[in-house]
Amino acid sequence: MILRTTLLCLSFLLPGVQVQAAINVFTCEPEWAALAKELGGELLDVYSATTALQDPHHIQARPSLIARARKADLLVCTGAELETGWLPLLLRKAGNAGIQPGQSGHFLAAEQVELLDVPERLDRSMGDIHASGNPHVHTDPRNILQIAGPLHQRLKQIDPDNAEHYTRRFEAFAGDWQRAIDRWYAQLAPVKGAAVVVHHDFWSYLIDWLGLNRVATLEPVPGVSPSSAHLARVKQSLDLQAVTMIIDTGYMNDRPANWLSDQTGIALVTLPATADFQNGESLYDWFDNLAALLLEPVK
Amino acid sequence: MNSITFRAVGAAALLAPAAQTFADAGAGGYAHASSAFNPAISVILDGVYASYSNDPEDYNIPGFMLGGEAGLSPEGFSLGHSELIFSSDIDDKFYGRLTVAFAEHDDEIEVELEEAFFETLALGGGFTIRGGRFYSGIGYLNQQHPHAWDFKDAPLVYSALFGDQYFDDGVRASVILPTDLLIEVGAEALSGKKYPTGGEHQGVGSWTAFANIGGDIGVSHSWQAGLSYLSADGIEREHGGHAHGGEEAEFPLFTGDSRIAGANLIYKWAPDGNYRERNVKLQFEYFNRDESGEVTLVNAATPENSTLESKQDGWYLQAVWQFARSWATGVRYDRLDSDNSGSDPNVLDEAGLVSNGHQPERASIMAEWVPSEFSRIRLQYNRDDSYQVSDDQVYLQYTFSMGSHGAHAF
Repeated sequence: MILRTTLLCLSFLLPGVQVQAAINVFTCEPEWAALAKELGGELLDVYSATTALQDPHHIQARPSLIARARKADLLVCTGAELETGWLPLLLRKAGNAGIQPGQSGHFLAAEQVELLDVPERLDRSMGDIHASGNPHVHTDPRNILQIAGPLHQRLKQIDPDNAEHYTRRFEAFAGDWQRAIDRWYAQLAPVKGAAVVVHHDFWSYLIDWLGLNRVATLEPVPGVSPSSAHLARVKQSLDLQAVTMIIDTGYMNDRPANWLSDQTGIALVTLPATADFQNGESLYDWFDNLAALLLEPVK
Repeated sequence: MNSITFRAVGAAALLAPAAQTFADAGAGGYAHASSAFNPAISVILDGVYASYSNDPEDYNIPGFMLGGEAGLSPEGFSLGHSELIFSSDIDDKFYGRLTVAFAEHDDEIEVELEEAFFETLALGGGFTIRGGRFYSGIGYLNQQHPHAWDFKDAPLVYSALFGDQYFDDGVRASVILPTDLLIEVGAEALSGKKYPTGGEHQGVGSWTAFANIGGDIGVSHSWQAGLSYLSADGIEREHGGHAHGGEEAEFPLFTGDSRIAGANLIYKWAPDGNYRERNVKLQFEYFNRDESGEVTLVNAATPENSTLESKQDGWYLQAVWQFARSWATGVRYDRLDSDNSGSDPNVLDEAGLVSNGHQPERASIMAEWVPSEFSRIRLQYNRDDSYQVSDDQVYLQYTFSMGSHGAHAF
């Protein structure tokens, strides 16, 4: 009781203790922040630990993230070991019982969909591989919809008083998003089946959705930068006429992809890794942008 | 206003949700089985080639009695700090970790249990309790394993005051306040048996308290500032590090009370907050130690002792620049100062507590190649003026990490 009183007193004295009824949602990546915002609207105070320009593998459990995780009612992350370098540490430091693994406040998007690129063998000589599969599930819009279902259920569980609100918003989102998927798919018909070179296996789900043909990956193994010798070998192996584009990811070092594009004349398309949530970009805006960028080389 | 505030705090801090296992995979979920039931195991391989212009056996820091791990690596090839680390969530309420370090001293392999602790996961309200053996929360670097350091050796102030690092058995309670800025306060009750405390204590022999505050400035900058304090009475502390030699060797014993206060400031910059490609880290720490008691020269021909009033302090400032994905370079400057007095200056002199006006300092520069998160090769040069004769020190060090993925701490 003394402790409670002390905490109460502290809360008056300290700046930054915000008085708000909103549900605090902490997301590891901006795509889940954007999705949560679609499903919860003004009832949620959504914070994303990373931006579209950051590599979510390589984040540090820095002070601001610990403070945000401490206050979260719901944590939404990708899982599949994408955040293995920092999320477990963050969870241990935050002292927040409700968002620990197994609790209703802990939601992992990758557990809601089937993963691609599951390695048959685990060995670090194969690079920074993920035992459970490729974690970049948000690059297929069908996965977004599949994740939205259980995520809205979770919101209802965390905030049962507003269950109807979440149901209403989810139903509206599901309809709109399905129509958007159909639109993007039709729009992208010209690149269907195209041969592409990727820098990192970031776009596997997008490639799967559009039926693209990945003919080469610039990284020799995941997470390891290509050497010039490796790049030269990739270049040699390519049938230059057949490759439509090189796909790079926004937050990655662009030199290898630039070099290959300069050397071969193959169009380089740098796709933003995710929605720029912090600047108000929605998932719709992001996929619109991806579609426009992917269509450029075939115009 | 009051009632709303109560609700906000109440929801977050007071009503820690009852632990309730949630069927996470749920309908249509895909559980991604991994080695979740096994403890995560990491093995750290660390080794060094060292070259000195002075004899490393002569190493001392005037004004400071050394102990713990303080001292130089042997000249030539030697193994550094090889570690075996087991960690895991124990259940939904506890996390546990065990760290065993292997080091060689005088041709003998010493196995040291550096960490063996549990930590709560489910107290809620920002509270965490840790119990067992762990690195004390004082300072910034003290809690980092040597393989996570940015230089091969500990800062001089850590070597001189803590014997490189302070760990002990006991309990820690800490709380994170519900603010956007990180505010963490904690306290530890420790046995007081480990260097730089020591001796037999009934109950708690050493107390510490610490506070950290930190946050971001925009997307690219983040910082943390900390204060810490250690208080230990009734210490009986042997000095001489590992160079005990034969049974008859003479060594100084300190008995008395110790107070250590420290402050640190960490600042990091990464363009767009993307640490992977490039980042800069600035790190500053200051410690000040006040001790009073007696120094006894044990095994001296005739029993010798002196009272001791000791004031010692030191700081270091370092900057590390990761300028490409796999390359980093850094500089560090160390400085120490001491003012010791007692009833018998000859005893203090023999114990190494007389500095004769020498102010120990050291300048270091390093470059490292980090081909992946799991490997690092480092070249480091120190211009070491710990004692009156300048020493040129060169280290070529490898550090490899096998097994489970390490944590990216701030």
